[in-house]
Amino acid sequence: MNYLVIVDVMPRAGIADPEGSTIERALPALGFGGVSNVKAGKSFRLNVEAESEAAALEKAAALAERLLSNPVIEDAFVRLGEVVGS
Amino acid sequence: MRVGVVVFPGSNCEYDALGAMNTLGAKAEFVWHSVTDLSGYDAIILPGGFAHGDYLRPGAIARFSPVMAAVERFAAEGGPVLGICNGFQVLTEAGLLPGALQKNIGLTFLCQPTTLVVTSTNSVLTSGATVGQELVIPINHFSGAYTCDDATFASLLEHDQIVLRYKDNPNGSRGDVAGLANERGNVVGLMPHPERAMSTLLGSVDGRVLLESFLTAHVAA
Repeated sequence: MNYLVIVDVMPRAGIADPEGSTIERALPALGFGGVSNVKAGKSFRLNVEAESEAAALEKAAALAERLLSNPVIEDAFVRLGEVVGS
Repeated sequence: MRVGVVVFPGSNCEYDALGAMNTLGAKAEFVWHSVTDLSGYDAIILPGGFAHGDYLRPGAIARFSPVMAAVERFAAEGGPVLGICNGFQVLTEAGLLPGALQKNIGLTFLCQPTTLVVTSTNSVLTSGATVGQELVIPINHFSGAYTCDDATFASLLEHDQIVLRYKDNPNGSRGDVAGLANERGNVVGLMPHPERAMSTLLGSVDGRVLLESFLTAHVAA
């Protein structure tokens, strides 16, 4: 089966996120009040060939840890999108 | 002394590094990133630039270039390895140096002379300098803010691995770190560019003491 897997890579809690904080500071000037805790990360969409949903997620988690994220400063979260083929 | 200057697709400081090495009397040559045998070299430099376009993160793709397995072996055997700017980012991504380099605080690309303070001579890059010595060396980077967790930082201090600090922190680096070494002292990374501080004509000759150390250093096995 072919599964759509979405990998979100976010700055780890406690690690400075200059992009997120710069965006957050810009919002009040544009009239968007009451927005806090802005974090900027990356999202990846992958089609993963695997035997099962669990296997697809496992494969995505492994490649996310090895390449898509830097575990020193980032956390990777994998989740399933919709099935895109069989 | 034969120095290999590794060239990745997107490196752009390799000529400066090569020129600096040859000025100091070494015999430097370029090493394409697909090379897997570094046995003919006495020292290796990973120069600045944007290896593999800096896609994903600076150094994230470069660390999987074939040459990096050879660099890892070279370092494990005690060979001197120097990562400058993007080369420093590659070394952290490869796990040859601890921590990571993040976007500068304020999201500003910085290109300016900086004053560095030598804080340890326990490395191939700083063995010929003196602790407390101030060096004016330019920086030129967007992702130069050093970061690591508390345990790693404590370990860096304990093993005297922070070799250069910014006198006036320009980028938000933890502990003002500008350059650091591995525990053994034979692998060093720094964000500033000593190879661009080789001539009074270009504003500073303070890079010489560092690169001369690198060329003469003998690493204890």
